[in-house]
Amino acid sequence: MAAQEVASQPSDTLTTLKTESETLKTKLEEERAKLHDVELHQVAEKIEALGQFVMKTRRTLKGHGNKVLCMDWCKDKRRIVSSSQDGKVIVWDAFTTNKEHAVTMPCTWVMACAYAPSGCAVACGGLDNKCSVYPLSLDKNENLAAKKKSVAMHTNYLSACCFTNSDMQILTSSGDGTCALWDVESGQMLQSFHGHAADVLCLDLAPSETGNTFVSGGCDKKACVWDMRTGQCIQSFETHESDINSVRYYPSGDAFASGSDDATCRLYDLRADREVAIYSKESIIFGTSSVDFSLSGRLLFGGYNDYTINVWDVLKGTRVSILFGHENRVSTLRVSPDGTAFCSGSWDHTLRIWA
Amino acid sequence: MSSNSNLSTMKRTVEQLKLEASVDRIKVSQAAADLQQYCLQNASKDALLVGVPAASNPFREPRSCALL
Repeated sequence: MAAQEVASQPSDTLTTLKTESETLKTKLEEERAKLHDVELHQVAEKIEALGQFVMKTRRTLKGHGNKVLCMDWCKDKRRIVSSSQDGKVIVWDAFTTNKEHAVTMPCTWVMACAYAPSGCAVACGGLDNKCSVYPLSLDKNENLAAKKKSVAMHTNYLSACCFTNSDMQILTSSGDGTCALWDVESGQMLQSFHGHAADVLCLDLAPSETGNTFVSGGCDKKACVWDMRTGQCIQSFETHESDINSVRYYPSGDAFASGSDDATCRLYDLRADREVAIYSKESIIFGTSSVDFSLSGRLLFGGYNDYTINVWDVLKGTRVSILFGHENRVSTLRVSPDGTAFCSGSWDHTLRIWA
Repeated sequence: MSSNSNLSTMKRTVEQLKLEASVDRIKVSQAAADLQQYCLQNASKDALLVGVPAASNPFREPRSCALL
């Protein structure tokens, strides 16, 4: 037999471990339940209800030839990068709606794009299984594709990417079930994160004050919080009933929201280690593709597959507004860095700025 | 028969569950109070929540036309 240690009856050990795992799962739920003394919306009963919201489309960015899949804001609060099914990545000035740069990727379905913190580069990837970084040239005539740098290599599609606190490192998630941290200059993998049982669809980095963690969500219905230095999954949450398409940290870093194909958004508090709110209505039956918080964390914006954007009161758990405008699924949504507006991208080929 | 890989996967699952079970937790009432406090403290700076005068929101002000 092989040199490794094998129990004389391996099936018994497997059974023992299975029992132990079931016991631990039950214990975990019991421990969490002990501290579940109140609901978030009950605590929030005493605060004033929010008034009527007037949020309209203030800009429409037209130029993509196919479904918009992803977008990200530049730290300058006016530039936006977006990527599309047709392989194009465009950098826009959202104030003027002018296109500043355009790159054609060698693959279709560019599912992920991100702006570098310096504003001098963008990262993107998709069906090519890679994440590539393009430095943005001030010379509009320069061919950006010539300076492309391949950074990440996965064994399946790239679903999301984001720079860490500098232009030097990128975090990626993939259809191969893993996330990874890469050094941009050398293309080396610095850390990999294993634990999801299926495609990882989304990730978000914790606000810098909170330290080195990030959250990911996947087709296994799980959201996992990871320690970036050790690669360890430190907390996981499995209450959604379908794929988790989007995860976003609450601005304080103490909680995160998720959006899922089960038509709900949920809020998980990291210090209570449990789900503390569900944002849903019987009338909402289409999946949520993307979520983001307003600056104070009081509002949660969700982009849905029924072409609408629902705005939720995070504390009270109620919907405060529903925004119409897109003519197909909303696929991506981000609030601007200073919270003055948010941008949504859609399968209708456009992006809209709302304020 | 990959019983060995199943075994090591199960061992890892059990170790992971032990780790997650041992996390320090606070009561939901405390967590909820902190979330609420953060919202209320930052509400005045939240343009999408309270609205800012049209003049100071670059997206709300009327766009100037560039004459080419």
